[in-house]
Amino acid sequence: MKNCVIALLSGLVFGMGLSVSGMMNPAKVQNFLDVAGDWDPSLALVMGAALLVSSAGQFLARRLQAPVLAAGFSLPTRNRLDLRLILGASLFGVGWGVAGFCPGPALANLAFVRSEAAFFVLAMLVGIGLYRWGLQPILEQRSGICDGRE
Amino acid sequence: MTSFTPWSSMLGGLLIGSAALLLWVLNGRIAGISGILGSCYSKPDSDSVWRLFFLAGILLGAGLSAWMIRVPDFSVVASPARLVFAGLLVGFGTQLGSGCTSGHGVCGLARGSKRSLVATLVFMGTGVLAIYLIRHTELFGLGAGS
Repeated sequence: MKNCVIALLSGLVFGMGLSVSGMMNPAKVQNFLDVAGDWDPSLALVMGAALLVSSAGQFLARRLQAPVLAAGFSLPTRNRLDLRLILGASLFGVGWGVAGFCPGPALANLAFVRSEAAFFVLAMLVGIGLYRWGLQPILEQRSGICDGRE
Repeated sequence: MTSFTPWSSMLGGLLIGSAALLLWVLNGRIAGISGILGSCYSKPDSDSVWRLFFLAGILLGAGLSAWMIRVPDFSVVASPARLVFAGLLVGFGTQLGSGCTSGHGVCGLARGSKRSLVATLVFMGTGVLAIYLIRHTELFGLGAGS
């Protein structure tokens, strides 16, 4: 129960942050990636500031035996630098550049019923399904290793 | 063209970081959007409920800030066909690569994960490349300036 309240609160702050940061505007994200054009460095500051606070959280967490409201910290299970990571990140980056959307801001835009965001999110959900229900079972059968997420 | 917005972008970043801090220190969970979304495709378990609360929070938070401050700017250049193509890539790619801008870029980097550092450099790199090809070459029928 408490975990759900914290998750809601965290999501709420996350959504406010996305909105305030300007990153819900795909054009702004694309202008960050467009280093050869009218470059808009805003996204670098969003990430820098987010990293600062998030690192403080890591520092704090290292002094705790366990999270305040849970039995343990859930770390990703995959820890090797492998082809999947590189290939996955490459594909994600291409999609991110083409549309200017990454998953968080695309979802947040649904709050304003913006049809372009809805198009994107629907396709994204299909893409997730293609991996989760299509490729992942095959990969797991082959390696026998359970897949972890970050 | 969009203008550089240092203050609001930093403030937004601080909020995003705080959200990640909250979820990690209190719940011991990573605030990675694609990971949380992807987990919703597995059989429901004891973690399913908080995930839905988190996702709902994102929409509520965006709405709340629009109500309290202002509606965030929104301008899409990509055609519907390209949006669908990009959505497929983002969905599939984030699952294959175990994370997106939030999971790798904010949470993973803060944890000092080598995987996240590589992933972040790679997706930034291919993102830059994609927008370069679209805006500064004739390859995709748009050409410079569009």
